[in-house]
Amino acid sequence: MAVAATTETGARPARAGRRLSAPAWAGTVPFLAYVAVFLLWPTGIVVVDSLKNPNGSWAFANITKLGDPLVRGYFIGSFKLCVLSSVIGAVLGAILAYAIASGNPDGVVRRLYLAGSGVLAQTGGVTLAFAFLVLIGPVGLLFHASWFYSFPWGITVIYAYFQIPLMVLVFLPAIDGVKVQWREASENLGASAWQYWRYVGGPLLMPAFLGGTLLLFANALSAFATIAAWENQIAYIVPQQISTALSSEVGLSNVNVADLLAFGMIILVAIVMTGYALLQRRAARWLR
Amino acid sequence: MAAVTSVGETPAPAAASRPRGMHASRKRRLNAFRYVVFTLFGLFFLLPMLAMLRFSLEGAKLGTWSGAAWKQIASYQGEGVPPLISSIEITLELAVITSVVTLVLLVPTMIWVRLRVQWLARTMEFLSLLPLTIPAIVLVVGLGPIYNRIQHYSLSSLMLFWIYVILALPYAYRSLSAGLSAIDVPTLSEAARSLGASWFTVMVRVIVPNMRQAILNALLLTCSLVLGEFTIAFLLLYNNLSVELYSISRNTPNAGVIFSTSTAALAFAFVLLLILSYAGRARRGRR
Repeated sequence: MAVAATTETGARPARAGRRLSAPAWAGTVPFLAYVAVFLLWPTGIVVVDSLKNPNGSWAFANITKLGDPLVRGYFIGSFKLCVLSSVIGAVLGAILAYAIASGNPDGVVRRLYLAGSGVLAQTGGVTLAFAFLVLIGPVGLLFHASWFYSFPWGITVIYAYFQIPLMVLVFLPAIDGVKVQWREASENLGASAWQYWRYVGGPLLMPAFLGGTLLLFANALSAFATIAAWENQIAYIVPQQISTALSSEVGLSNVNVADLLAFGMIILVAIVMTGYALLQRRAARWLR
Repeated sequence: MAAVTSVGETPAPAAASRPRGMHASRKRRLNAFRYVVFTLFGLFFLLPMLAMLRFSLEGAKLGTWSGAAWKQIASYQGEGVPPLISSIEITLELAVITSVVTLVLLVPTMIWVRLRVQWLARTMEFLSLLPLTIPAIVLVVGLGPIYNRIQHYSLSSLMLFWIYVILALPYAYRSLSAGLSAIDVPTLSEAARSLGASWFTVMVRVIVPNMRQAILNALLLTCSLVLGEFTIAFLLLYNNLSVELYSISRNTPNAGVIFSTSTAALAFAFVLLLILSYAGRARRGRR
C-alpha cells in the first residue's frame, strides 16, 4: 500500500496516476467555484444590469447617463471627500509612521500604535460616527463644532480617524526600508537635513507615499457605514445614493440607477487601484 | 545602533567628535518631535473613545455617573428591532463561521497551488485581492438575485457569512501568503512525501503547524472585519450588531446603550489585535 503510494508519485508513473485520479488543478475547484458565485457573478450582474433597462432590454446609452448632472453631482461629492480625506490622511499618517519608525522596533509605543492602527483602520463603522458625535457633535463633550454636519469638512475629520491608521499600516514598511546608511552617506557628502529629504529620502519614499494616498482614496470611496450613521437625510456621495436607489427606485427613469452608479464606482476604483499597483511595484524596488 | 557602529568605524578620532555631536542634537530634536507627534495623535485617537466611554456612563441627569447603560446591553429591546443581545450573538457567530469557512477555503487551496498547480498562483492572487477593488456597496447591488435564492432556503442572518468570506478574502490571503512564503513548502512536502505521507498528512501535519502564526493573523483580521460590518447587512435587510446600533440610534438618539455597546465592541477588537501582535513577538522570540 505504502509502496504503491510512493511509486504513484514518482516522476514517470505520475502520468498514469493522473489518468486514474482527477488532475491536480481539480483541488482548486471549490475555491474557484466559491469566488465565481459570490464575487464574479454579482459583479457581472452589476455590469450587465447597468447596461439594461428595467424591462430587460439592452441600453448601452445608459453609460452616457453617468454624465447626467444629478449623477455627476454624487460623483463630485465622492471625489471631494476622497481627495480631502486621502490627502489629509496620507500626510498625517506619513508623519505618524515616521515617528513610529524612528523609535524602538520592539517598543511598547510601536506595538500599541500598530495594534491600534489595525483596529482603527478596519473600524470605519457606525461606532465611529457615534464617537465623534459625542465628542464634537451637537451634544459633544469637548466642544460643539458648528461644522460637524457640514460636507465635506465635518465628515473628513471623521474619515481621518480611519484613514490615518491605514496610511500608517501601508507606509510604515516603506519607512522601515529606508536605510540609515543612506542618511549617513549623504551627511558624509555634506548634505543638510533638507537636502537629504529633498534629494534622497523624499524621492525614495515618494512612490510609496503616492501609492498609499491612492489606496486611501479607494478606501474612502467605498466607505459607507460611517457616513450613513453620520447623516441619513441628504445623500452627498455615490454609496449613499446607491443605498437610496436600492430602497426606492427614484431619480433617473428607464435606468437601473443602483447598477449604473455601482458600475461607475467599479470603473473609478479600478483606475485608482491600477495606479496603486504600479506605484507599489515602483516602491518595492527599495524594500528588498 | 547603526549610528553607533558608524561612529565607531570612523577612522580619524578627531573627526569622530563632530558627527557624534550632530547625532546627539539630531537625536534630541527627533525625540522631541516624536513625543509631540505621539501626544497629538494619541489625543486624536483616544478622545473620541473616551467621550464615548463617558457617555456610556452617563446617569439619568447630565453630569452624573451610572452603569445602567452597560447593564442594558444584556436586556435592551428597541422598538421594532430584535433584542440587542440577539444581534450581538448573531455577529459573534458570524465572525466564527466566516473565519472558519475562509480558512477552510483558503488554506488547503493555497498550499495546493504552491505545491502542485503553480501556474494558477497568479490567478488565485488576483481573485483573492479582487474584493479590494470591488467595494461592498457595489457588490451588494449585484447580490440581490443571489440572496433571493438563499432566502428561499433560510432567512437567518447567519447566511451573511457567504458574502463575508469574500470580504475577508484579501486580508486572509495576504497574511496566509506571507506565512507560506516564510517556509520552504516544496522541501517540507518532498521530505514528508518521501517518508510516505499522504497529501492530506503533508497539509495538516506538516505545513499548517508551520504557519500557525499566519493562520491566527488571518483569523483575527477576519473576525474584526465581521464585527464591524454594516453595509451589506444593512442593504440586504439583515440584522447584525452594526445595523442594530444604527436603528437604535435612529429611533432613540443618544441612547446610552449605543455607546456602551460600541465601546465594548471596539475594546474587544483592540484586544484581539493586541493578542495578535504579542503572539507574533513570542513566535519571533522563539526562533
